Amino acid sequence: MEKRIRVLVAKPGLDGHDRGAKVVARALRDAGFEVVYTGLRQTPEQIAEAALQEDVNVIAMSILSGAHPHLFPKVVDLVRKNGMDDVLIIGGGVIPETDIPALKEAGVSEVFTPGTPTGSIVDFIKANVK
Amino acid sequence: MSNEKIQAGLDKYNASVEKVVSRFPERPNLPEQRLYTPLDIKDTTYDEIGFPGMYPYTRGVQPTMYRGRFWTMRMYAGFSTAAESNKRYRYLIESGATGLSCAFDLPTQIGYDSDDSIAEGEVGKVGVAIDSLADMEILFDQIDLGKVSTSMTINAPASVLLAMYIAVAEKQGVAADQLKGTIQNDILKEYAARGTYIFPPRPSMRLITNIFEYCSKNVPKWNTISISGYHIREAGSTASQEIAFTIADGIAYCEAAIKAGLHIDDFAGRLSFFWNAHNNVLEEVAKFRASRRVWAKVMKERFHAEKPKSMMLRVHTQTAGSMLTAQQPNNNIVRVALQTAAAVMGGTQSLHTNSRDEALALPTEESVMIALRTQQIVACESGLADVIDPLAGSYYVEALTNKIEAEAWEYINKIDEIGGAVAAIEKGYIQKEIQDSAYKWQMDVESGAKTIVGVNKFQIEEEPPKGLLKVDASVGVAQCERLAAMKAKRDNAAVKASLTDLKAACQDENENLMPHILNAVRVYATLGEICGVMREVFGEYEAHVNL
Repeated sequence: MEKRIRVLVAKPGLDGHDRGAKVVARALRDAGFEVVYTGLRQTPEQIAEAALQEDVNVIAMSILSGAHPHLFPKVVDLVRKNGMDDVLIIGGGVIPETDIPALKEAGVSEVFTPGTPTGSIVDFIKANVK
Repeated sequence: MSNEKIQAGLDKYNASVEKVVSRFPERPNLPEQRLYTPLDIKDTTYDEIGFPGMYPYTRGVQPTMYRGRFWTMRMYAGFSTAAESNKRYRYLIESGATGLSCAFDLPTQIGYDSDDSIAEGEVGKVGVAIDSLADMEILFDQIDLGKVSTSMTINAPASVLLAMYIAVAEKQGVAADQLKGTIQNDILKEYAARGTYIFPPRPSMRLITNIFEYCSKNVPKWNTISISGYHIREAGSTASQEIAFTIADGIAYCEAAIKAGLHIDDFAGRLSFFWNAHNNVLEEVAKFRASRRVWAKVMKERFHAEKPKSMMLRVHTQTAGSMLTAQQPNNNIVRVALQTAAAVMGGTQSLHTNSRDEALALPTEESVMIALRTQQIVACESGLADVIDPLAGSYYVEALTNKIEAEAWEYINKIDEIGGAVAAIEKGYIQKEIQDSAYKWQMDVESGAKTIVGVNKFQIEEEPPKGLLKVDASVGVAQCERLAAMKAKRDNAAVKASLTDLKAACQDENENLMPHILNAVRVYATLGEICGVMREVFGEYEAHVNL
């Protein structure tokens, strides 16, 4: 049997808007992935640690407060420092188009903005997970 | 026409429709019933509808509603530093806004100072950063607190920000009993939907009742809580769930205050509510009307309130942020105009209208102006504000008002069975209900059962939007420098003494914390220091999520 894809859905930063994160978590689970949701207010260190402990293939982060330029790259750095080079890292939330190139440069593979169908996230993960 | 005649006519009509529908099928996912007649409200007595300013307040809480004066046009604003936000407030007042509404950044909302490591990247982002009284003095510089009414979106540390506001007023020479405004102070919906909680429910409820008691004696014109359905709806609930869960929260606050020894009529008149104005105009109007009727009955029948004011559900409204689309953002202007129409026909007391660019970033000054003008156009040009409760008597709106009321009672009864709102939140019941509705909404959008213009229909290729507002990262650095300078200047011995005193007060359950917090604020103890003391004594809430 093929190993199921494991995804950590994470809320870095202080914002409490997790409607999107929870909807995505549930959609990924319904698509057959194993999903762990961190809950609110996770520091980058906590997220990197959870990724390691849960041995995930994907980290999907959500931020709606505008703290993404600071926090997304920080999570990527910590995860890579832990030696998790293959983990696919994606993000979403209220993120202006103009911020996306810098996030990709920092190692976030894709950024999903409001209005994205959950199916596109599923497809992206299936196509890019290692 | 008698009901029998109407029924006969309806049967005839339905027969004719069957033929039409077989040739021209109707759109999917419509309300079950295509037409409403007097038969749908034949059991509704006029007692249930009544008159404006009279029980059960279905038609509004004031006798003349907008014929005397329009609702308060209150634009939620705040970002970056206190000085920057002060500039935006004065711009809004000059543009005809009639009330202020302060947005605080997340570290402030969760009781951390800007120099706390957890605040990195968040300072000044979704609101203004307030660390101490010094920032609050700048925030309200040249704004007369004796004249303006100010709403503050602050919950877990509401007591501290209210104390800062009182202290700024003192310095302006304005007495506390002259202050007008609102603190959100609604912790239960933070656990259920919004997420900026600090302490566990029990000490949080104590802080809230302390504020009720303190304000009833010292700040009598202040709205001590804004019991909020807004965020519950934003988190994905239905209209009925929005009012049901919020009124259940309201019941919990009343019970806590009564348990603490307060009399219902001493505080209930200062309770206010906060609704969402969502996309479906008629459903929203019915929701506003139903909510007033439910609350009036709760206050009269359950709590035996006697003062009319205690039974009135007064409400602030904000248009639905989650319904703004990042695609074709100018379409949002139209959405907001319709949502405004719903709030006005629903009889709101004050309104914030969202800006077209808020699915992308904080709004620019130009976008905020359009949003404010939307309210002014609805008020002055549309005619919607000219007669009271203009949709009353519509077969559909009255039937829908009844339906939403019935659904709300069903939820309130269910929550009573669980043991009240606090228990229902601790068990995750309310969160799960909201999540299920949110997921269903998303799936309906993805299947096309629900159409969102520009998102799943009528899409176009777009250039990325330009000119979005950006809060510079240097804001955080500058704010930390100001904080350090303030700490070097203040009387640190006085700060230490005030915090020791606060700690002792926290440990004594019978002590009202407000005077102690006010003392600490006056000597420039910071928000983080004050909340730090409370964290030590009360501990922190830990959420458990069931997906």
